[in-house]
Amino acid sequence: MARKKIREYDAKRLLCHHLKRHLMAMQATSSTRLADAAHEHDWLARCRLVVKPDMLFGKRGKHNLVALNVDVDGAQRFLTQLLHERGEVEVGGVRGTVTTCLVEPFIPHQVEYYLSIRSVREGNEVRFSCYGGMDVEERWEDGRRQLVRPGERYTAAEALALVRDEPDAGRREKLASFVAECFAVYDDLDFTLMEMNPLTVAVPPMSLAMEGAANADGLAETVLPLDMRGELDSYAAFQNARKWLNVEFPEAWGRQKWPQERAVAELDEKSSASLKLTILNPRGRIWTMVAGGGASVIYSDTVVDLGYGDELGNYAEYSGNPKPEETYLFARELLDLVTHEPDGRPRCLLVGGGIANFTDVAATFSGILQAMKDFAGKLQMAKVKVFVRRGGPNYKTGLRLMEELGAELGIPMEVYGPQVNMTAIVTMGIEWIAHGPPPGSPAVVSPHHRRSAAVENGV
Amino acid sequence: MALFSRDSQAVFFNYKASPVQRMLDFDYACYRDTPSVACVVTPGAPRGGFRKAFFGQRELALPEYGSIGEACAAHPGADVFLNYASYRSAFASSMQALQTDTIRVVVIIAEGVPERDTKRLIAAAAAGGKIIIGPATVGAIQAGAFKVGDAAGTLENILQCRLHRAGSVGFVSKSGGLSNEMYHVLSRVTDGIYEGVAVGGDTYPGSTLADHVLRFQRIPQVKLVVLLGELGGTDELQVAAAMRDGRVHKPLVAWVSGTCATRFHAAEVQFGHAGAKSEADRADESAAAKNRLLREAGALVPTSFETLPALVGDAFRKLQLPPVPEREPRALPMDFHAAVQTGQLRKATNMVCTVSDDRGEEVTYAGTPMSTLIAEQYGIGDVISLLWFKRRLPPWAVRFIEMCIVVAADHGPCVSGAHNAIVAARAGKDVVSSLCSGLLTIGPRFGGAIDDAALNFMRGADEHIPPDEFVESMKRAGRRVEGIGHRIKSAECRDSRVELLSAYAHQRFPSTRYLEYAQQVEAYTLQKSTNLVLNIDGCIGALFADLLSGAADTLFDGAHLDEHERSQAVRSIIELGALNGLFVVARSIGLIGHVIDQRRMKQPLYRHPWDDVLYAQDDLAPTLRRQPSMIGAAANAPAGKRVDG
Repeated sequence: MARKKIREYDAKRLLCHHLKRHLMAMQATSSTRLADAAHEHDWLARCRLVVKPDMLFGKRGKHNLVALNVDVDGAQRFLTQLLHERGEVEVGGVRGTVTTCLVEPFIPHQVEYYLSIRSVREGNEVRFSCYGGMDVEERWEDGRRQLVRPGERYTAAEALALVRDEPDAGRREKLASFVAECFAVYDDLDFTLMEMNPLTVAVPPMSLAMEGAANADGLAETVLPLDMRGELDSYAAFQNARKWLNVEFPEAWGRQKWPQERAVAELDEKSSASLKLTILNPRGRIWTMVAGGGASVIYSDTVVDLGYGDELGNYAEYSGNPKPEETYLFARELLDLVTHEPDGRPRCLLVGGGIANFTDVAATFSGILQAMKDFAGKLQMAKVKVFVRRGGPNYKTGLRLMEELGAELGIPMEVYGPQVNMTAIVTMGIEWIAHGPPPGSPAVVSPHHRRSAAVENGV
Repeated sequence: MALFSRDSQAVFFNYKASPVQRMLDFDYACYRDTPSVACVVTPGAPRGGFRKAFFGQRELALPEYGSIGEACAAHPGADVFLNYASYRSAFASSMQALQTDTIRVVVIIAEGVPERDTKRLIAAAAAGGKIIIGPATVGAIQAGAFKVGDAAGTLENILQCRLHRAGSVGFVSKSGGLSNEMYHVLSRVTDGIYEGVAVGGDTYPGSTLADHVLRFQRIPQVKLVVLLGELGGTDELQVAAAMRDGRVHKPLVAWVSGTCATRFHAAEVQFGHAGAKSEADRADESAAAKNRLLREAGALVPTSFETLPALVGDAFRKLQLPPVPEREPRALPMDFHAAVQTGQLRKATNMVCTVSDDRGEEVTYAGTPMSTLIAEQYGIGDVISLLWFKRRLPPWAVRFIEMCIVVAADHGPCVSGAHNAIVAARAGKDVVSSLCSGLLTIGPRFGGAIDDAALNFMRGADEHIPPDEFVESMKRAGRRVEGIGHRIKSAECRDSRVELLSAYAHQRFPSTRYLEYAQQVEAYTLQKSTNLVLNIDGCIGALFADLLSGAADTLFDGAHLDEHERSQAVRSIIELGALNGLFVVARSIGLIGHVIDQRRMKQPLYRHPWDDVLYAQDDLAPTLRRQPSMIGAAANAPAGKRVDG
């Protein structure tokens, strides 16, 4: 949640804005008509162009997804083909739909450098190589690195050492200035990653367009990023709202948010507590609602360890003492998914967690209980059994309320406190989905039976 | 060395009652001599403040300061800084603490501190040889010695895990919730923890898992180290490296959670902690790789979290340690509110209220919620009726109450109430004091005659006393007829207020029996003198009695009262002072108006002109020497017959 990727367009936009350079790039979606955009972006008509997807994935050239050195009509054809006709595309084993592209001037150039600045514990590491481009990894060790510690100066003077492999003195100076400037933007805007590959030094395309290619030799060169990616520290949002110029934090490639995930993300945003939901297999039969970022991971581990990873419907966690209203809304989203399209086969819901430090278990459970009341009928239809394991402030009350509700609504339920292992209910849940209710047991468990089970478990 | 000791004290930044109390309860249970919280800081708090907390049974006053500098200067022995500020201000306050000489350990609770800021804090801590725990953590605990805030949860849990005395295990993890779970597990399979630290879930914790594993090597009481790691980050790899280097010589049991993540690459799941993302950038940050590397480096690594407790138990038993000194925790009295909530205690209330209720989502006046009062446009008269009589009177009565307020709101600047209020305002007093000064003149001679007038007219009417007999009997008893007489108004020049109210009543009241009686009395007294008219006090008094009688059904819930019972009931309401209250409410409006007026006009201090005073001591002196009782007579001016409305 802390580090978030941004589009290449936004990375370039932020850099240009803070370096006071003119941004020559535009975003294109399926409704874009380049011919109309030429009024605002005169370079569209006057320069050759590059069109590429701007969807948070790299290696676009290797996937044949880039149009290089085309005119505006060629660019438009490419866009139409990619955004309207192509449909789904597979990149890095993940399928998705390209919705946004970046259109910018094509920059003729001879040299390709590599530049990255990334966050490390000791500060920020700046990396530069004269061997940038698509095959940068092959000569990775020939690059140079510098560690800039927090509070240390980093100016062109310091950056000169980084770029000293560049033979041309003029270009060296320009590169050193540029690197220092980028670092200042990186630092000021709380970037956690800024990478340009390739980076070049060349005549800016508009100068070229205006003066003509024949006069190229006399024209001044500038340092120009060709491809760029960036990541921002979302924890800094509260400080940087204005500096970030309404930057977008898009979903990862191929990952459209489900409405329920979106709803929970909004809840998370507004709350001082933490609420997370990711759907893994909507047709899965093991669903989890676990308290705590640490414990929730372990529950998922256990399901996978026991060989039922395919049946895992979701990853979810709540922590930081959410209010009952918040857990209520959270639980509703989850129960919606749990009870979706009943197919006669049993499902389980694991309401798990460790022993809370300060989260009020009874209070957070009250939200879950209210949601279960709302979904009582659906839970029964979907043959859901609920397994609860939890400790912490007021846990006994919380467990008792769960148990009572289960009996009242006829939802099969088992509740446990800290006396059983944290992940014991995973095995129980798997037992249930594999075999359903034990033969001969009543369809609805009587309160009397439940009470004795609770006594056994020391609740 | 150990982070804390039984004498460690903390500066608690950004006061929160619950974690402070939990710390002090832990202190008491562990038989600590001193509370672990030395003072609290609430930015901007004034000097000399304090916060209360229980230490055992008695309450302590913990000093409260407005700044870190003040707090640390006053408590140089408190070398732990517990920062409960939100993520917005956690950086600045933590930095200040790190730069304060007397602070050695800084714990940062907030989640959401930007990475850039955390790195600066890490650098500052390293420069000063200080330790940061967090951000994004619940804290740490040293069994039997010191506990940060909410770490290890409730006292019940702490005692169950035997954290009130030192065990032999050093535990470190990222997650606070899991720490607590592990303290429980460890209390079952080992002799308990010596120290437990949650480093927090951020990408760059102030102190890493490796930092604490290495620190545990230097604590003689720690015999076994247990590490709970997580996918993402290279911290656990540093532990493995330290083991290969020989810097870790104590047995280490470790487990890195997140083994499921390899299945969920496509979803790029963001697990709860900022540092744990399923698509780890480099393969060796995965849980599986880290577990393998740790095992290869010599750590004891189970096959799953499920089997971790058994492995720890085995490792512990192999050490064959002598039992640690046991002691029973000191018993803590139960918290009052907790006892009431669990039904173990009952306490009689000290106060009763039957007119309004503020405990729910909205306040109710006599059961009617505020939203209804607003939506249905209840007016002042309705509200008075609800709060004073606990019923909603019929519209004709409510309207009349409002008319009385309008009529009685003010009577110019010269009447005693207004005069007092004006004098006080001119003395530079505030609105409230000036208002009270005016209100305090209300009594038997000013504004207070209304109650008596009402009761007298009622008695006369109910007992069918002929008006002349009514007047004469009062005269014989040496009593004034309240409600009759005006300094200026007369039979020819009537008080329009009396006219207007009477007209309304005749039109709208079910009965005006008492007014009619009062008018009969007036007819008699007018024979004696032309200014013995029914005045506004008498009119309102009589009409109020009529109002209460007329609304009896509503007021007394439809009980079928006969005439006698009804007038008894009405009298009892008047005797409670409702009419008096009505005059006070009304006249307050006017008095405040006068006060504002004087303040607006910036009127200077009032001094009564001396030439308007009869300085009479010399004249009376010889007489006084002869008749001391004359002192009393000379002091009282003759009582006026009329009363100003």
